[in-house]
Amino acid sequence: MKFKSLLMGAVAAATLAPAAFAERGSDGQVNIIYWQAPSIMNPFLSGGTKDVEAASLVIEPLARYDSKGNMVPFLASEIPTVENGGVSEDLKSITWKIAPGIKWSDGSDFTAHDVVFTAEYCMHPEGGCAQVTKYEGVTNVEALDDLTVKVTFAEPTPFPYGPFVGGESPIIQKAQFENCLGAKAPECTEANFAPIGTGPFVVDEFKPNDVITLSANDNYRDPNKPAFAKVLFKGGGDATAAGRAVMETGEFDYAWNLQLAPEVIAQMEAGGKGKPVAGFGPLVERIMLNNTNPDPALGPDERSVIRPHPFLGDPAVYKAMSMAIDRPLLVEIGYGKAGKVGCNWVPAPEAFASDTFDCSTQDIEGAKAMLEEAGYKDTNGDGVRETPDGKPMKILYQTSTNAVRQDFQALIKEWWSQIGIETELRNINSSVFFGGDPGSPDTFQKFYADVEMYANTFNGTDPQSYLGNGLCDKAPTPATQWQGENISRFCDEEYDKLHAELTKTAGLEARAEIAKRLNDIIIEKGGMIPLVHRGRLSAHSNTLGGVDLNVWDSELWNVADWYRIK
Amino acid sequence: MTDKERFVPDEGMAPASTSVPGAGALEELHNPPRSQWLDVWDQFKSHRGALMGGALFLFIILAVYAGPLVWDIDATKIDIRARNQGPSWAHPFGTDQLGRDMLARMMAGGATSVSVGLTAMLLALVLGSFIGVMAGFFKKLDGPLMRLTDLFLALPLLPLLLVMMLLFREPLNAAFGPEQGIFILIVASIGVTSWMPTARIVRGDVLALKEREFVMAARSIGTTNRKLITRHILPNVLSPIMVSATLGIATAIITESSLSFLGLGFPPDFPTWGRLLFDATDYLQQYPERVFWPGMAISLTVLSVNYLGDGLRDALDPRIRGR
Amino acid sequence: MLTFTIRRLFLAVPTLLFISLVIFLLLELAPGDPMAQVPLTVPPEVKEKMREALGLGQPMHIRFWKWLVQFFWIEPQVLIDHYLGTSFSAGDLRVISWQTRSPVMDIVIQRMPQTLWVVGTAYIVAILIALPIGIYSAYRQYSWFDQLGTFVSMVGFSVPPFFSGVLVIVIFSVQLGWFPSIYDTTHVVDSWDAFVYQLKQMIMPVMVLALQITAQLSRFMRASMLDNLNQDYVRTARAKGLSEYVVVMVHVLRNSMIPVVTVIALGIPSIFGGAIITEQVFKVNGIGQLLIGAIQANDLPMVQTLTFIFAVLIVLFNLIADVLYGILDPRIRYD
Repeated sequence: MKFKSLLMGAVAAATLAPAAFAERGSDGQVNIIYWQAPSIMNPFLSGGTKDVEAASLVIEPLARYDSKGNMVPFLASEIPTVENGGVSEDLKSITWKIAPGIKWSDGSDFTAHDVVFTAEYCMHPEGGCAQVTKYEGVTNVEALDDLTVKVTFAEPTPFPYGPFVGGESPIIQKAQFENCLGAKAPECTEANFAPIGTGPFVVDEFKPNDVITLSANDNYRDPNKPAFAKVLFKGGGDATAAGRAVMETGEFDYAWNLQLAPEVIAQMEAGGKGKPVAGFGPLVERIMLNNTNPDPALGPDERSVIRPHPFLGDPAVYKAMSMAIDRPLLVEIGYGKAGKVGCNWVPAPEAFASDTFDCSTQDIEGAKAMLEEAGYKDTNGDGVRETPDGKPMKILYQTSTNAVRQDFQALIKEWWSQIGIETELRNINSSVFFGGDPGSPDTFQKFYADVEMYANTFNGTDPQSYLGNGLCDKAPTPATQWQGENISRFCDEEYDKLHAELTKTAGLEARAEIAKRLNDIIIEKGGMIPLVHRGRLSAHSNTLGGVDLNVWDSELWNVADWYRIK
Repeated sequence: MTDKERFVPDEGMAPASTSVPGAGALEELHNPPRSQWLDVWDQFKSHRGALMGGALFLFIILAVYAGPLVWDIDATKIDIRARNQGPSWAHPFGTDQLGRDMLARMMAGGATSVSVGLTAMLLALVLGSFIGVMAGFFKKLDGPLMRLTDLFLALPLLPLLLVMMLLFREPLNAAFGPEQGIFILIVASIGVTSWMPTARIVRGDVLALKEREFVMAARSIGTTNRKLITRHILPNVLSPIMVSATLGIATAIITESSLSFLGLGFPPDFPTWGRLLFDATDYLQQYPERVFWPGMAISLTVLSVNYLGDGLRDALDPRIRGR
Repeated sequence: MLTFTIRRLFLAVPTLLFISLVIFLLLELAPGDPMAQVPLTVPPEVKEKMREALGLGQPMHIRFWKWLVQFFWIEPQVLIDHYLGTSFSAGDLRVISWQTRSPVMDIVIQRMPQTLWVVGTAYIVAILIALPIGIYSAYRQYSWFDQLGTFVSMVGFSVPPFFSGVLVIVIFSVQLGWFPSIYDTTHVVDSWDAFVYQLKQMIMPVMVLALQITAQLSRFMRASMLDNLNQDYVRTARAKGLSEYVVVMVHVLRNSMIPVVTVIALGIPSIFGGAIITEQVFKVNGIGQLLIGAIQANDLPMVQTLTFIFAVLIVLFNLIADVLYGILDPRIRYD
């Protein structure tokens, strides 16, 4: 309740913002702390969230998502749609109109040629562009005139807002990056550290993995913004220290992504210098169920490749495992305000969120009965059930190293032991776990365990490619060097067919309908057990106004509107 | 360098070279060894700090190994309704954020931490002293062994540990079971990465010692190298070794905690003192007692070993023993 | 001694080359992936492309050779260019970090000041405190001063910086508000006030670090002094009628310095190496933070270069220690 009113307050403050300040640079300096330090200001060469967000102070896309997930034009004059003629009837091209009068921070004009160049830069085969998926299916990007860009796709694309929309896909200046194409990209250190942009700030000094100092852009399109003359963007340390610096000591104004225990947040809030804000995107903490057999006795070409799993494929087993989990408690212990009970793979945006399942009540007895009925009985009295063919139900449960995840492991192990499933826990250094080194047995792709827990999400508001992670042919195998997004090795003919249908369907409602069914299939048929719908929790100081936490785009998307409350 | 050396005033050295510094050691040589160890024990007994340190150490060992027999709550038992409680009769040390009993966790954690600390320290000490003595004593070995030490000092710890985990975890797990396997691996990795300072320090002392008259005297009466090292060199480098030992225990316990923190250590449901301390640091303001218990336990262990070492050193030094 | 030094310096070259090879192989063998920190929303094919763009597709020996050439041939040229304004290195590819896509050496130089300020000061403070404590504790063994020193230094050493750092932040920044909890690396000391601010922001990290180093050094100093105080030459010196000060501070101290010199020589490379945890806790963002960040991000060129620089320092300072042994105790001969 209290939290809701906080949020409302923030929204109200945001709408009042324009009246609160008079001129550019009148509010002095704003201090921002990210506990992961940005390494580069060019999001095409990094892909890390920290780098994308830092860059969003300087470079901008044609359109962004606002805090509710709606698209709003930034450098474009409007969002092209089929209705206004911006998107062609056959869904194969989209034409962007650039708002007139926009200038780069060096004073030159922003034109359609910069947009075309950006596409060329990222789509260069040797560049290793991290955001190249945004340009998936694009065959041609051309400037019709100085202020019009046309993007053509190979196939009908019902959702053509990949290129140039959102913080991951900003526009860079042609004049600055002209000689940095392809393999030369890393050599342009100066440009990569201080790109010329259209955004509210320009880089004064960039110290990689440490601190960035920026000052207001003299050529910013709104003459009254930004209210701050300087930005100090500090990186490094840990989330606890960042939260402390904003809410307890008041040294900083904004702290990003505070993954901390709810009690710790509450303690910091009592410091009285700042307050946390939360927003919910599609991030879900889940337990992936291995649909293949991870038995160590199998050879390297068979382990976690051949189907089925000795017992996890039985609906009675994974449903019982899911029923034994007390999700509200997990939320309370691990995430507090920044979490909700998660029953779905795609929990947001609202239009795409299925409401088929209710998983908010724990039912240990029901889970026991379900296992009993399906023939999983404890025949030798050691407290661990055996499968009908006599194998004990022992599972290995792995995840990355992270305090909240280890608490979850301990709790879930306890609940599963109550229904007669014995769990061995393992935690793995996250740079190994999430790294794709095919030589390591501990990566999440290799999945040399029965179940594993991590969180995943998707960018933007359309889940089509995310739902593609459930397709049979995306399963990691030795043949693909263990690359592939279908971590649980889920494979279902109906699912594959339905997903193919989604790629051809236009119209939000029809797409949402299919997406919900895909979500239901993967959960019903044992791809994963969703646990918590996780939000983003950041904190800002009481004197910083205009913050509107955005989970669909960069958190700093509206930094031009930030101001000092006096 | 050569010029400077000549002007070095050598008064500090002069008495040492004219007197008989090895007198104690020579005396020892003529006494039967049994009475020597009795002497050592007598001296040790009269050292108040050593006795107190020893008693404290015994108490800690007893508490962590025998304690669970008396206080039989399972350290991993979750009681979610009783979480974050302060000290009470049911939970004398309170409970943690999942309602696990802190006293039980302290005892279980202590069993792991003390065994890891002691074994890893012993491994590092044996390895370091051996390499140090070899390098200092045998001129031929000095170059290669010290370059090896340089190499180990230079290797980045984290990648080294990752490689060790990668290469040895599965075979050790297969051979000794998951818990024993990971224990061996952790002890070995801490030991292998922390012997170098001891080796350098011991070598430095040995270099100076082997030029002393008592060593030359012993050599001239035909003492074998082996005897020379065990009877004359080792007792004289004991004090830096003892200091390394006390500091080594603390380092090993803390290193273990950073290993688990990085996901390279024990499984997450396996408490250790270092890990308890690390986890509690975030709750420093809300539940200060939770940092206090593991922090105090580590400090007390280190202190007790330090006093024990002091006593042992004094007891083994014939010059003090005579007083 | 001079020939020994020269011989050792020549020997250091193959040693260092071998060390660099071992480091390289170790990093190659270690599991990990420079793409591990890229979000899961970036698909594997794209990550593969990015890896190729980093040069990871090339065989191992070529990458090692490239690094050798870049580090030993091109980087010195860059340095010469920088000082003399020449352009030997124009167009050559320097050692490039995978995280930042910028020259590693530039970042190292950028990080040096804060590391030297904080870790260097801590070391000097620690040596200045530890030696007198060690000497006096040994001289008055088992006095209350010795007991207190023992207690404080052992407790200090057994409390890890991840805890003591947070503790001082909570006390001095949150509760009392005396010092900033986050180190400002952009701060320029150009006036008295700026200097005072610099002291304020340094005081906590220096305290935490110095406690650890003092504990260690004073223990070794004390132990070594104790060994020597009961030697016969001390009795002789006293019998000669030398003043107590000369006996302790000249004769005993000099003979006790060997282990202490070793420990200090082992410690100096770590000044340049920074203090990983302390830097992290106080956001000093020096070399230590750079190294740990690079290791976590699997930025191999950065890790390789940094560890190699440490290796050079380690070899150098261990050599200096060996030379110092000879000066402290002329009986030690290497030839």
